Amino acid sequence: MHEGVYREFEETIAAGERIEPRDAMPPEYRATLIRQIAQHAHSEIIGMQPEANWITRAPSLRRKAILIAKVQDEAGHGLYLYGAAETLGARRDELLDRLHAGRQKYSSIFNYPTLTWADVGAIGWLVDGAAIVNQVPLCRCSYGPYARAMTRICKEESFHQRQGYELLLALSHGTEEQHEMAQDAVNRWWWPSLMMFGPPDGESPRTERSMAWKIKRHTNDELRQRFVDIVVPQAASLGLTLPDPLLRWNEERGHHDFGPIDWAEFHAVLRGEGPCNAQRLGQRRRAHEEGAWVREAAAAYAARHAARPAGRAA
Amino acid sequence: MSGAADVPGGADRVPGGTDWPLWEVFVRPRRGLAHTHAGSLHAPDAELALRNARDLYTRRGEGVSIWVVPATEILASSPEERDPFFAPAADKPYRHPTFYEVPEGVRSL
Repeated sequence: MHEGVYREFEETIAAGERIEPRDAMPPEYRATLIRQIAQHAHSEIIGMQPEANWITRAPSLRRKAILIAKVQDEAGHGLYLYGAAETLGARRDELLDRLHAGRQKYSSIFNYPTLTWADVGAIGWLVDGAAIVNQVPLCRCSYGPYARAMTRICKEESFHQRQGYELLLALSHGTEEQHEMAQDAVNRWWWPSLMMFGPPDGESPRTERSMAWKIKRHTNDELRQRFVDIVVPQAASLGLTLPDPLLRWNEERGHHDFGPIDWAEFHAVLRGEGPCNAQRLGQRRRAHEEGAWVREAAAAYAARHAARPAGRAA
Repeated sequence: MSGAADVPGGADRVPGGTDWPLWEVFVRPRRGLAHTHAGSLHAPDAELALRNARDLYTRRGEGVSIWVVPATEILASSPEERDPFFAPAADKPYRHPTFYEVPEGVRSL
């Protein structure tokens, strides 16, 4: 039955063209995308928390303005993605309900704490850097609205990564104490950043199907390797080291070898046992509940003024 | 024909739930260019939709003018009608200049 109903879908995918919202698509394709896009959107808005933690304590007005702009961008990225999920028939309020109930996940990276100012730099450089490596191929994803949202997001992410790099560069070349602070932040964020690419290829059950549908263009391990190869020379330029004694260039492979990742830690954080899981979700629920009166008031105001015409198109 | 181009969340939306209505956002990148579709957002009314659109889609000076349109107000051709709907255009190559043969050396034609 699939062959008949979804032949056009299969042909569109095979031709490398995009699927658009009202096209017929297999229910599994739709469900996979909703899950992936929602998880991605949740990650963006939960990701506002660890960095917002430092807005009031940014060391200068320049750094503060940058950090506020970055956190605002993350909110915007969440909205682009919720919008993309809605084109598949998902409802934004339901997706948020699922996040709040713990039924949908967000990236495990945001369950680590931001202990010092240098963590803001490490997040920008490593976490956003890893996100970019993950997200650039998604700009060519087979689902049109998701690809378009990712194009917009990737443009904005490069500012995020650069401000993090510049922040760490300043600390690294500052006092001895500042240098140590930068190194400590990189030491703590390095391994969780590598985990952002997800489980190794053999243990990533959905990869094969997502690649066949051209939702995903590269495997987790391919992207992880790409990230390591990009970051190693950048670390050297920062005057910082990466906390992996096995990290070295492999002439034969043309890539860097690196040490084993602690997947037990990854799965524990995913299960909710990370240092900040409860805090992040608690804060999100609280913000949503405390904003309820604003949403209700705006809706009531809109209902009362419904008859009044808005501005003319021009 | 049916409503709302990109939005099962729009015309085909199941009523109920607590979300504000959905708006489609069109941005004119600069003078001399047409408004193009940027994305969508939720807002309680047109005025707030416009403000939210400014914050969401023009944080880096991406536009000089914004339109917001209720998603439910957009009428779209549906994919199921794709072939018959656009078929009349497919068999008229004589509408393109390349259909015509012109001797070599003839200029400005």
